[in-house]
Amino acid sequence: MDFSIASILLLDGLTNGAVYALLGLATVLVFTVTRVIFIPQGEFVAYGALTLAIMQTGKVPGTVWLLLILACVAALMDAFAQWRRHHRLVAGLQAALRTLALPVVVAALAAFAAPRNPPLLLQALLSTAVVTAFGPLVYRVAYQSLADASSLVLLIVSVGVHFAMTGLGLLFFGAEGFRNPAFWDLRLALGPITLSGQTIIIALASVALIVMLWLFFERSLYGKALRATAVNRLGARLMGIPSQTAGQLTFAMAAFIGALSGLLIGPTTTVFYDSGFLIGLKGFVAAVMAGLSSYPGALLGALFVGVVESFGSFWASAFKEVIVFTLILPVLLIRSLYSGHSDEEH
Amino acid sequence: MKALKKTLIALAVAAGSTAALADVNIGISLSLTGPGSGLGIPMQNYFKLFPQTIAGEKVNLILLDDATDPGKGAQNARRFVTEDKVDMIIGSCITAVAAAMSDIATEAGTVQLAAAPLGLPPGKDGWVFRLPQSNTVMGHAVVEHMKKQGVKTVGFLGYTDAYGEQWLKEFTPIAEQAGIKVIAVERFARTDTSVTPQALKLVAANPDAMLVVASGSGAAMPEMAIVERNYKGKIYQTHAAATKDLMRVGGKAVEGTYVVSGPAVIAEQLPDSHPSKKVAVDFVQRYEKSIGPGTRNQFAGHAYDAQIVLEKVLPMALKKAKPGTKEFRAAIRDSMETMGRTIFSHGVMNWTKDDHWGYTNETGVMLKVVNGDFKVD
Repeated sequence: MDFSIASILLLDGLTNGAVYALLGLATVLVFTVTRVIFIPQGEFVAYGALTLAIMQTGKVPGTVWLLLILACVAALMDAFAQWRRHHRLVAGLQAALRTLALPVVVAALAAFAAPRNPPLLLQALLSTAVVTAFGPLVYRVAYQSLADASSLVLLIVSVGVHFAMTGLGLLFFGAEGFRNPAFWDLRLALGPITLSGQTIIIALASVALIVMLWLFFERSLYGKALRATAVNRLGARLMGIPSQTAGQLTFAMAAFIGALSGLLIGPTTTVFYDSGFLIGLKGFVAAVMAGLSSYPGALLGALFVGVVESFGSFWASAFKEVIVFTLILPVLLIRSLYSGHSDEEH
Repeated sequence: MKALKKTLIALAVAAGSTAALADVNIGISLSLTGPGSGLGIPMQNYFKLFPQTIAGEKVNLILLDDATDPGKGAQNARRFVTEDKVDMIIGSCITAVAAAMSDIATEAGTVQLAAAPLGLPPGKDGWVFRLPQSNTVMGHAVVEHMKKQGVKTVGFLGYTDAYGEQWLKEFTPIAEQAGIKVIAVERFARTDTSVTPQALKLVAANPDAMLVVASGSGAAMPEMAIVERNYKGKIYQTHAAATKDLMRVGGKAVEGTYVVSGPAVIAEQLPDSHPSKKVAVDFVQRYEKSIGPGTRNQFAGHAYDAQIVLEKVLPMALKKAKPGTKEFRAAIRDSMETMGRTIFSHGVMNWTKDDHWGYTNETGVMLKVVNGDFKVD
């Protein structure tokens, strides 16, 4: 190993680490607000990349139909809940319409645009919109009625959602993988390393997203409401912050981050319907390193995971995943030795 | 009255079973749903074209779906041997499902013709015959081609799963016999986000050729990583990568790649000297006439080859015993082991008592990617 190999490996690791960081942030976000350990985070990555890939072929992606079905289910659940509370049909219908409106608009746009081969950037935007719309619906259908259940129950639901989404991914995208076209065909030679346009985009997008998240939580009312919910659910509710809205907003953000990550890695690797799981799991490892509570911690953890993975692949490629996932053991040990509070909840 | 009814039922059952006894019954378990359905459905398509009678005997096909589930496959196999009393089992097309069925077939003394490359410990495959080619046969074709190209050293980049492991184990000794050394071995997983580190290490070892062991669209990413690192040698892919997905994902980067393949799907392109040419062309024409142009598929070819096996084996076995008996099932096995060199659409088969894989080394064909399409090299 010389300097040039080390620098190529470092660049490769940091690039992957940046994507893991986004997923790690989403995992931390979802956990702090809703106490859900969101295993299907990675599925949004695959959905995002593959929705774009199918749009590239000029077909309407299956995710559009799935979105409509899911929206109908969520709308029925909302209508029923309203009807039970008020015993008025109009209130139920209103609630259903509110849930249906946005997903139907997004799906209609995507279904309208897909066969007309719009430019790549517009396709990317539409894919992101479709996948983002999944977030609140997944929360509504799978988690909302269990919002007060223990973390363990929520974790088990997450496992179920993960399997359902992977299976549906296979149904809609098929078993073969896709590789998306690069957004930017740049090649910059810097000594031994070649910087590709996609690497730069990944780095910029990650930084931009992290800054945006920070601004959102620090400056906006919604962000502050989410933080309040994260600190104390009951207290936040007493202050008039509806925990359902908080949950749906959080899941929308998680789905958005997932879809964006999918668009970022789509041009650098072949994405399969089940690719998301391992990517999401590495983000989860990063989040665990941060104790599922600190955003900067998750960012550092993710970059660390990426670099370890890269060097691990170089030295012992057959044991790469073993190396990455064994990392979590010493981290957990140290955390349990040094963290003061007893975390019964986690 | 009750007694009479019972007798009548018993008589009816006996009559029914004698009728069934006269025919040859074949139990077929395929993955028609679940992740393996892409392989099972083309086979089912071909079984619909199957002849009603072979060697003057009526052939009943009992086709069940195993849903790509080993448990369901075992259940189907159990039904075949206990209720249907079949003379032969065909299937499944997925290795794990076929493996679950093999114990039951062996226990019942019924031949299982698996459409998956099912590896079993020696001594346990007495009743199991395989329709796909073994990696060894394909590895042989790769090594022959490397020898002709003057390759002396090879870098290996393969899946961390059973497919990669089998290739490594079977390829290394054949290569060494031909004086070719495997000087670097790296592994990766289909869903990895980057293979750059492995590619770096392999290219640094600078072998004459690289062997990428991966399947379908997963085969393109590792090759692109190697090309990205300015590797100038030859790159070989295995038969699991011999699909258009390689070029769809890989684009220009996979131009000039050598891909080893079975003969069935490239029928018309085969050189006239290849023994399977006539049979493969016949398969492709018959299949595409009924299913549609461009639908040819490796697994439909396995179903076609199953018909060749039955046409050859049933006349031999019928001389020895009656269908539906234990003796007939044993006769089928003996006939398969002694039927000798037989031309399949997938190659030249020669099962023996000790070798239930059976394809001879004439089987593999080397393709080259030229202008985004496969050409026989």
